[in-house]
Amino acid sequence: MRRTTYIVVAGVVLLFGLSWVLHAVSMSGEADGIERAFMITMAAFLTLAIYSFLYKDNPFYKFAEHLYVGVSAAYWMCQAFWSTIVGNLFPRLSEGLSSYFQQPYQASGWNITYWIPVILGIMLLMRLTEKYGWMSRWPLAMIVGTTAGLNFVRYLRSDFVVQVSSTFMPLLGEDPHRWQGFGAFISNLDLSATGQLAAIVSNWVIFIGVICGIIYFYFSKEHSGAFGRASRLGIWILMITFGASFGYTVMGRISLLVGRITFLFKDWLQIIS
Amino acid sequence: MRQQIPLLITFIVGTLLIVSVFIPPFGDLETTFNIWFDIIAVFAFFLGGGNLLRVHINKLRKRKRDWGFSIVTILGFSVMLIAGLFKIGNPGDIASAVDAPGSLFYDIFNSVQYPLSATMYSLLAFFVASASYRAFRAKNREATLLLIAAFIILLGRTPFGVMLTGWIPDSTSLLQIPNLAIWIMNSPNLAGQRAIMIGIGLGVISMSLRLILGIERSYLGGDK
Repeated sequence: MRRTTYIVVAGVVLLFGLSWVLHAVSMSGEADGIERAFMITMAAFLTLAIYSFLYKDNPFYKFAEHLYVGVSAAYWMCQAFWSTIVGNLFPRLSEGLSSYFQQPYQASGWNITYWIPVILGIMLLMRLTEKYGWMSRWPLAMIVGTTAGLNFVRYLRSDFVVQVSSTFMPLLGEDPHRWQGFGAFISNLDLSATGQLAAIVSNWVIFIGVICGIIYFYFSKEHSGAFGRASRLGIWILMITFGASFGYTVMGRISLLVGRITFLFKDWLQIIS
Repeated sequence: MRQQIPLLITFIVGTLLIVSVFIPPFGDLETTFNIWFDIIAVFAFFLGGGNLLRVHINKLRKRKRDWGFSIVTILGFSVMLIAGLFKIGNPGDIASAVDAPGSLFYDIFNSVQYPLSATMYSLLAFFVASASYRAFRAKNREATLLLIAAFIILLGRTPFGVMLTGWIPDSTSLLQIPNLAIWIMNSPNLAGQRAIMIGIGLGVISMSLRLILGIERSYLGGDK
């Protein structure tokens, strides 16, 4: 390591210690003040370590990245163990284990079948060995079969039938903007966000937009003539969708950024109240 | 044999789950298979954890590049795992939630995992902004539409958007940027999303059939 690296690391460690001590002093009246001061300092250090990547890849970023991978893997393992193994499996396998973990035992004649996923799960772990790695194909096949069977019905219902039926909506308005004749429509011809015109235009946009969007994805026919024009309209609708999704995603990320900056200035530096 | 049995398992499980929708006595199969699936998924999590340890221990043993950071991963993983599995510092009894306030698991989550996760995702704001600055050019009609939609959505969710068009009267309130952003989200965006969803739905259905019937078998890997 170069001398500069040592100096930077020593400086960061010193600042970390200083921040911890200052926070501990300011929280001296509270219970667990020292522990909480360490937690805030740690969170601030890790936040800054990640943001340091904006300058360039560096050891602090790598430290935070590696820590994130390790902690996240263990976090999900623990959550899965307590919610599924303790919450769903033990109460079906053994009365003793259920009472040890203080879970209500679910007696049933079919409980013996719950050994099947346990055996398959152990077979899945065989992937870690070279000799018996092939055994992991059985649980994998079970996972693939379950996903395929469940998704076949689920997607047919929610992503196909429901979406198609929701597209066929009254094109002349619906409650509370039901069509009441041309005269009433003309007299209400304003661009208020909740008005009849906006509601009717929306229904038309959705109906035409979905059909044209699907036409764009239909590649078994050449996109020319009327079909081509519909496909072109489909592209426009999709472009608006991508633009809206992009804007929405950016706003989500920016609100996270605001959250982190608020943490740094409010909880850590205590500059803003 | 090593190929045929997995194919048979996929076929039987997939078919059974589809058929169970049409035959009432088998209706509970979906719930049972969902629980089985979750149980196997937990073992998959353990497999992932084991693999992570194996990779980093190998890196450490062979003194590969950046091996020092592998110690950080292994330590972070071990401490969080022990804190979670043994519920260290948990104020309640064994039946209390693993992430109960006051436990070590909760503290590590709040002071390490949550800040890291939120910061990682917020980092994307900078990269998206820089990428969009380079890529967003109103070169043609499609690109212009994308640009305008994104701009309205971004502006419509800020106080600046409200300030900019707040003077527009209620009779034409649709033209106010926040309302326009809502309308874009609820109408053209919904239409596009729906067209994509129908496409995805059809794709998933055909892929599920290919898997169940054994036409698609890439998940089995090689012949060994």
